[in-house]
Amino acid sequence: MNTFSIKPEGAGINAAAALTTSRAVPIFMAALLGVFIVGGVGFSHIEAVHNAAHDYRHSMAFPCH
Amino acid sequence: MDYFRNIVIVAAIAGAIAGLGMTVAQQFATVPLILQAEVFEEQSSKAPATTPEMAHEHASGAAAHNHGEGWAPSDGIERTGFTLAVNVITGIGFALLLVAASELFGGLGGWHQGVFWGLAGFIAFTLAPGLGLPPELPAMPAAELGPRQLWWVGTVVSAGVALGLLFHSRSLVSVLAAVVLLVAPHIIGAPQPVSHESPIPEGLHHSFVVAAAVTTFLFWVLLGGLAGFFRERFIHAA
Repeated sequence: MNTFSIKPEGAGINAAAALTTSRAVPIFMAALLGVFIVGGVGFSHIEAVHNAAHDYRHSMAFPCH
Repeated sequence: MDYFRNIVIVAAIAGAIAGLGMTVAQQFATVPLILQAEVFEEQSSKAPATTPEMAHEHASGAAAHNHGEGWAPSDGIERTGFTLAVNVITGIGFALLLVAASELFGGLGGWHQGVFWGLAGFIAFTLAPGLGLPPELPAMPAAELGPRQLWWVGTVVSAGVALGLLFHSRSLVSVLAAVVLLVAPHIIGAPQPVSHESPIPEGLHHSFVVAAAVTTFLFWVLLGGLAGFFRERFIHAA
């Protein structure tokens, strides 16, 4: 567990203890952004978005049509 | 905010490169099969047409299968360009999820560990939902879109939580809970079409399932490896 050099309070503590608010909030925000992007492209019912992403959705096995 | 910014930078670089690689792989592996399927689709949509006008109407549009009358990229460079853009954008999206999840467990310790996280992404996002809803070609029958999307999301989330439990905890209860989470969506069952009858030859569909699974596997391994590699440079060093 020597990978916590992001915040001083996280240094040298195990993973659970090191998950402070200062780390949890950015992690949550990054995950939310990821969900927004993947969901927006993979699940959009907007026809133009669907058609632009058509080959991608088939290739990635997203439920399509 | 530096931490958030660094996560985004790592995800953006890894996602963009993996998305580019995925586009190249798709052009060789999956796209030729999609184009073949579209020929069958066009034939089958023409078949019931009794008058030349109707046949013409179906054949003329690039938007043949439930694409409606809306805009669609024209075949060739434009279509490939949009596929590339979507691969890069979603590559970054998947990378954000991968990096965020791995940060909860202490962060990726190099490219090699990243490859294993990529493998976990492949299991959660491709293998688990793909067992119930295999990759489909155009013109293949399917159940209503809404329930399928719901089942897909539920299966991905439960597989993700299951992998987290297996990875994080060594207790028997956690392992049993993980097994239940992995199996439950398949006991519930993915929404299936009323009939599986399709104009697409079975052999073509089989080739497509293999091609989609292999390209997606390569994507996840590349994405994880790159995220681990760049994580060391942008987050660990920060």
